[in-house]
Amino acid sequence: MTLLITVFAAAIVTGMWYKNAPNDSLNLNFLMWLYWGASLMWFVDAIFEYVELRDAFFTPAVADMINDSFLGLSVVAFGLVLWVIQLLVKDPKGVLVKKSNTVKKESEQK
Amino acid sequence: MACFIVPAAEAVIVTAARKVIERKEKKENLLSVEEGNTTEVALEEGHVEHNFSHKMKWLSNLLWGGSVLLAFEHFWHGEISLFAPFLTAASNAADTKVMLNEMATVGTSMAVLITATWGVMLGVSKALENKANKEADPEEV
Repeated sequence: MTLLITVFAAAIVTGMWYKNAPNDSLNLNFLMWLYWGASLMWFVDAIFEYVELRDAFFTPAVADMINDSFLGLSVVAFGLVLWVIQLLVKDPKGVLVKKSNTVKKESEQK
Repeated sequence: MACFIVPAAEAVIVTAARKVIERKEKKENLLSVEEGNTTEVALEEGHVEHNFSHKMKWLSNLLWGGSVLLAFEHFWHGEISLFAPFLTAASNAADTKVMLNEMATVGTSMAVLITATWGVMLGVSKALENKANKEADPEEV
Protein backbone atom coordinates (compact mmCIF):
# COMPACT_ATOMS: atom_id res chain seq x y z
CA MET A 1 0.00 0.00 0.00
CA THR A 2 2.88 2.36 0.76
CA LEU A 3 4.26 1.74 -2.74
CA LEU A 4 0.84 2.16 -4.38
CA ILE A 5 0.07 5.42 -2.57
CA THR A 6 3.50 6.84 -3.42
CA VAL A 7 3.16 5.83 -7.10
CA PHE A 8 -0.27 7.53 -7.27
CA ALA A 9 1.20 10.66 -5.66
CA ALA A 10 4.14 10.61 -8.10
CA ALA A 11 1.85 10.20 -11.13
CA ILE A 12 -0.50 13.00 -10.01
CA VAL A 13 2.37 15.41 -9.33
CA THR A 14 3.98 14.54 -12.68
CA GLY A 15 0.70 15.33 -14.46
CA MET A 16 0.45 18.66 -12.64
CA TRP A 17 4.08 19.46 -13.46
CA TYR A 18 3.62 18.58 -17.13
CA LYS A 19 0.50 20.74 -17.41
CA ASN A 20 2.54 23.88 -16.72
CA ALA A 21 5.92 22.73 -18.11
CA PRO A 22 8.40 24.21 -18.87
CA ASN A 23 7.14 26.86 -16.43
CA ASP A 24 7.47 25.42 -12.92
CA SER A 25 6.84 28.33 -10.60
CA LEU A 26 5.66 25.99 -7.83
CA ASN A 27 8.80 23.83 -7.99
CA LEU A 28 6.69 20.72 -8.50
CA ASN A 29 9.73 18.93 -9.92
CA PHE A 30 11.00 18.73 -6.31
CA LEU A 31 7.98 16.64 -5.30
CA MET A 32 8.18 14.62 -8.49
CA TRP A 33 11.76 13.46 -7.87
CA LEU A 34 10.97 12.78 -4.22
CA TYR A 35 7.99 10.52 -4.94
CA TRP A 36 9.45 8.75 -8.00
CA GLY A 37 12.72 8.05 -6.17
CA ALA A 38 10.85 6.54 -3.23
CA SER A 39 8.51 4.61 -5.56
CA LEU A 40 11.43 2.96 -7.34
CA MET A 41 13.07 2.04 -4.05
CA TRP A 42 9.86 0.59 -2.59
CA PHE A 43 9.34 -1.32 -5.82
CA VAL A 44 12.64 -3.12 -5.16
CA ASP A 45 11.54 -3.68 -1.57
CA ALA A 46 8.27 -5.18 -2.88
CA ILE A 47 10.15 -7.55 -5.22
CA PHE A 48 12.27 -8.86 -2.34
CA GLU A 49 9.15 -9.22 -0.20
CA TYR A 50 7.38 -11.11 -3.01
CA VAL A 51 10.34 -13.50 -3.37
CA GLU A 52 10.11 -14.19 0.36
CA LEU A 53 6.31 -14.41 0.77
CA ARG A 54 5.15 -15.51 -2.71
CA ASP A 55 1.31 -15.75 -2.76
CA ALA A 56 0.94 -14.31 0.74
CA PHE A 57 2.33 -11.05 -0.65
CA PHE A 58 -0.99 -10.41 -2.45
CA THR A 59 -3.18 -11.31 0.51
CA PRO A 60 -1.98 -9.14 3.37
CA ALA A 61 -3.80 -9.00 6.70
CA VAL A 62 -6.24 -6.10 7.04
CA ALA A 63 -4.31 -4.67 9.99
CA ASP A 64 -1.09 -4.67 7.91
CA MET A 65 -2.88 -2.96 5.02
CA ILE A 66 -4.25 -0.24 7.29
CA ASN A 67 -0.82 0.28 8.85
CA ASP A 68 0.86 0.43 5.43
CA SER A 69 -1.78 2.85 4.11
CA PHE A 70 -1.27 5.07 7.13
CA LEU A 71 2.48 4.99 6.47
CA GLY A 72 1.95 5.75 2.76
CA LEU A 73 -0.21 8.77 3.53
CA SER A 74 2.29 9.95 6.13
CA VAL A 75 5.10 9.65 3.57
CA VAL A 76 3.10 11.73 1.08
CA ALA A 77 2.38 14.31 3.81
CA PHE A 78 6.08 14.38 4.80
CA GLY A 79 7.00 14.97 1.15
CA LEU A 80 4.48 17.82 0.94
CA VAL A 81 5.90 19.41 4.09
CA LEU A 82 9.43 19.24 2.62
CA TRP A 83 8.10 20.74 -0.63
CA VAL A 84 6.42 23.65 1.20
CA ILE A 85 9.60 24.35 3.19
CA GLN A 86 11.81 24.44 0.06
CA LEU A 87 9.15 26.53 -1.75
CA LEU A 88 9.18 29.13 1.01
CA VAL A 89 12.98 29.08 1.26
CA LYS A 90 13.54 29.39 -2.53
CA ASP A 91 10.51 31.64 -3.02
CA PRO A 92 10.59 31.28 -6.85
CA LYS A 93 7.85 33.88 -7.40
CA GLY A 94 9.58 36.34 -5.05
CA VAL A 95 6.35 36.74 -3.07
CA LEU A 96 8.00 36.83 0.35
CA VAL A 97 10.68 39.27 -0.83
CA LYS A 98 8.02 41.58 -2.31
CA LYS A 99 5.98 41.38 0.87
CA SER A 100 8.94 42.14 3.12
CA ASN A 101 9.91 45.07 0.86
CA THR A 102 6.35 46.45 1.03
CA VAL A 103 6.34 46.20 4.84
CA LYS A 104 9.75 47.91 4.91
CA LYS A 105 8.52 50.76 2.69
CA GLU A 106 5.38 51.21 4.78
CA SER A 107 7.37 51.41 8.01
CA GLU A 108 9.76 53.92 6.40
CA GLN A 109 6.84 56.09 5.26
CA LYS A 110 5.42 56.12 8.78
CA MET B 1 16.79 -2.02 8.25
CA ALA B 2 19.12 0.43 6.57
CA CYS B 3 18.79 -0.29 2.85
CA PHE B 4 18.41 3.41 2.01
CA ILE B 5 22.02 4.05 3.08
CA VAL B 6 23.37 2.53 -0.17
CA PRO B 7 21.40 4.88 -2.50
CA ALA B 8 22.13 7.75 -0.09
CA ALA B 9 25.87 7.04 -0.37
CA GLU B 10 25.53 6.96 -4.16
CA ALA B 11 23.64 10.28 -3.96
CA VAL B 12 26.58 11.87 -2.11
CA ILE B 13 29.06 10.62 -4.74
CA VAL B 14 26.86 11.65 -7.68
CA THR B 15 26.24 15.12 -6.18
CA ALA B 16 29.98 15.66 -5.68
CA ALA B 17 30.74 14.45 -9.22
CA ARG B 18 28.01 16.71 -10.62
CA LYS B 19 29.47 19.75 -8.89
CA VAL B 20 32.89 19.04 -10.43
CA ILE B 21 31.43 18.50 -13.92
CA GLU B 22 29.23 21.61 -13.58
CA ARG B 23 32.27 23.72 -12.72
CA LYS B 24 34.13 22.27 -15.69
CA GLU B 25 31.20 23.00 -18.02
CA LYS B 26 30.93 26.55 -16.73
CA LYS B 27 34.60 27.02 -17.43
CA GLU B 28 34.11 25.86 -20.97
CA ASN B 29 31.32 28.41 -21.36
CA LEU B 30 28.77 25.74 -22.09
CA LEU B 31 26.17 27.21 -19.77
CA SER B 32 25.27 30.02 -22.12
CA VAL B 33 21.52 29.62 -22.17
CA GLU B 34 19.47 29.45 -19.00
CA GLU B 35 15.77 28.89 -19.38
CA GLY B 36 13.81 28.65 -16.14
CA ASN B 37 14.83 25.47 -14.33
CA THR B 38 16.22 23.94 -17.50
CA THR B 39 19.76 24.71 -18.45
CA GLU B 40 20.47 24.02 -22.04
CA VAL B 41 23.46 24.36 -24.27
CA ALA B 42 22.89 26.51 -27.30
CA LEU B 43 24.69 24.88 -30.18
CA GLU B 44 23.21 26.60 -33.19
CA GLU B 45 19.91 28.30 -33.75
CA GLY B 46 17.16 25.79 -33.01
CA HIS B 47 19.62 23.11 -31.83
CA VAL B 48 19.48 22.23 -28.16
CA GLU B 49 21.13 19.67 -25.94
CA HIS B 50 20.96 19.34 -22.16
CA ASN B 51 24.41 19.47 -20.63
CA PHE B 52 25.60 16.42 -18.70
CA SER B 53 25.64 18.07 -15.27
CA HIS B 54 21.93 18.85 -15.75
CA LYS B 55 21.29 15.19 -16.58
CA MET B 56 23.30 14.09 -13.55
CA LYS B 57 20.98 16.20 -11.44
CA TRP B 58 18.11 13.88 -12.44
CA LEU B 59 20.02 10.96 -10.91
CA SER B 60 20.99 12.81 -7.74
CA ASN B 61 17.40 14.06 -7.32
CA LEU B 62 15.99 10.53 -7.64
CA LEU B 63 18.56 9.15 -5.19
CA TRP B 64 18.14 11.94 -2.61
CA GLY B 65 14.35 11.95 -2.92
CA GLY B 66 14.05 8.22 -2.42
CA SER B 67 16.60 8.12 0.38
CA VAL B 68 14.87 10.89 2.34
CA LEU B 69 11.43 9.26 2.17
CA LEU B 70 12.84 5.82 2.96
CA ALA B 71 14.70 7.27 5.93
CA PHE B 72 11.31 8.58 7.11
CA GLU B 73 9.85 5.07 6.71
CA HIS B 74 12.72 3.56 8.71
CA PHE B 75 12.21 6.17 11.40
CA TRP B 76 8.50 5.25 11.40
CA HIS B 77 9.40 1.59 11.98
CA GLY B 78 11.82 2.52 14.77
CA GLU B 79 14.87 1.42 12.80
CA ILE B 80 16.49 4.83 13.05
CA SER B 81 17.02 6.64 16.34
CA LEU B 82 17.98 10.23 17.00
CA PHE B 83 20.94 9.14 19.12
CA ALA B 84 24.15 7.22 18.35
CA PRO B 85 24.55 4.68 16.77
CA PHE B 86 21.41 6.07 14.98
CA LEU B 87 20.60 2.68 13.46
CA THR B 88 18.95 0.45 16.05
CA ALA B 89 20.26 -2.64 14.23
CA ALA B 90 23.81 -1.46 14.87
CA SER B 91 23.42 -1.93 18.62
CA ASN B 92 24.13 -5.69 18.54
CA ALA B 93 26.19 -7.98 16.34
CA ALA B 94 23.38 -10.30 15.21
CA ASP B 95 21.17 -7.42 13.98
CA THR B 96 24.17 -5.70 12.40
CA LYS B 97 24.83 -8.81 10.31
CA VAL B 98 21.21 -8.84 9.07
CA MET B 99 21.39 -5.11 8.38
CA LEU B 100 24.60 -5.42 6.34
CA ASN B 101 23.09 -8.31 4.39
CA GLU B 102 20.00 -6.20 3.62
CA MET B 103 22.17 -3.27 2.53
CA ALA B 104 24.13 -5.57 0.22
CA THR B 105 21.03 -7.07 -1.39
CA VAL B 106 18.04 -4.69 -1.18
CA GLY B 107 20.07 -1.47 -0.90
CA THR B 108 22.33 -2.29 -3.83
CA SER B 109 19.35 -3.36 -5.96
CA MET B 110 17.66 -0.03 -5.20
CA ALA B 111 20.74 1.90 -6.29
CA VAL B 112 21.06 -0.24 -9.43
CA LEU B 113 17.38 0.19 -10.40
CA ILE B 114 17.53 3.96 -9.95
CA THR B 115 20.73 4.20 -11.97
CA ALA B 116 19.23 1.97 -14.69
CA THR B 117 16.10 4.16 -14.77
CA TRP B 118 18.36 7.18 -15.18
CA GLY B 119 20.12 5.38 -18.02
CA VAL B 120 16.77 4.93 -19.78
CA MET B 121 16.00 8.62 -19.18
CA LEU B 122 19.34 9.54 -20.80
CA GLY B 123 18.48 7.44 -23.84
CA VAL B 124 15.00 8.95 -24.19
CA SER B 125 16.38 12.46 -23.69
CA LYS B 126 19.05 11.91 -26.38
CA ALA B 127 16.42 10.58 -28.80
CA LEU B 128 14.18 13.62 -28.16
CA GLU B 129 17.10 15.99 -28.64
CA ASN B 130 18.03 14.31 -31.92
CA LYS B 131 14.41 14.51 -33.07
CA ALA B 132 14.20 18.22 -32.18
CA ASN B 133 17.49 18.95 -33.93
CA LYS B 134 16.39 16.98 -36.99
CA GLU B 135 13.17 19.00 -37.18
CA ALA B 136 15.11 22.24 -36.78
CA ASP B 137 17.59 21.37 -39.51
CA PRO B 138 16.48 18.35 -41.59
CA GLU B 139 19.30 18.66 -44.16
CA GLU B 140 22.18 18.47 -41.70
CA VAL B 141 21.15 15.28 -39.84
